[in-house]
Amino acid sequence: MHSFGYRANAVVTFAVTILAVMCSLASLSDNFNVPTPTADVKVLNINWFQKQPNGNDEVSLTLNASADLSSMFTWNTKQVFVFVAAEYETPQNALNQVSLWDGIIPSKEHAKFWIHTTNKYRFIDQGSNLRGKDFNLTLHWHVMPKTGKMFADKIVMTGYHLPEEYR
Amino acid sequence: MDWQGQKHSEFLMQILLVVFAVVAFAVGYAIESFQMMILIYASGVLLTALITVPNWPFFNRHPLKWLDPSEADRHPKPQATTAASKKKASKQK
Repeated sequence: MHSFGYRANAVVTFAVTILAVMCSLASLSDNFNVPTPTADVKVLNINWFQKQPNGNDEVSLTLNASADLSSMFTWNTKQVFVFVAAEYETPQNALNQVSLWDGIIPSKEHAKFWIHTTNKYRFIDQGSNLRGKDFNLTLHWHVMPKTGKMFADKIVMTGYHLPEEYR
Repeated sequence: MDWQGQKHSEFLMQILLVVFAVVAFAVGYAIESFQMMILIYASGVLLTALITVPNWPFFNRHPLKWLDPSEADRHPKPQATTAASKKKASKQK
């Protein structure tokens, strides 16, 4: 004969198992969403461009980034983590990626935004290769879910150029 | 509970939870609110527990007929054969 405790345990266990199934279905439903984001990043000014005492180049930039990331929000989205990285090639590294700015978008209402800022994180090279360098700016995003799989992607913007001389 | 009641309770528990889960997911997906799905499901779980876990009278409609004590006295329990008496029986054979 099943006791009170047995029945209580059965309800709780079955309820939690079904909850796990619902959460995986919710995560799977995110695959039906096709995001169509837009982004534009402008380098408004090169504030200064120096060689540090340790021999590494450093740049300070003022950026204006605007983006519309509202299409990537679903019912299962907790927040979107977005960052801007500078990408370039040097003789010693095939690919350098330096994160210049990041932010967290907590909801769909905040997903259409622009920011005007100097770089949040320092743009320092491993070495002294930045003079006259062409670089890309990529906007990366991570769609962090309430439950399940996280999706990440990026938009690459080309055509940025650093000055030939230090200033 | 009786045996029929136990069967009904288990069946009710499974059906109620699955129905609430389906309704919760459908509503949550339709109105794009994860929180609403969780709220509907959680209240469903509590309701199911309230209906199926306590020993309600409607789970005892086919009560078991236990043996009356005066009837039991008239039919003594058979003696359990001990290990010693078993050995004796085999030796005698």
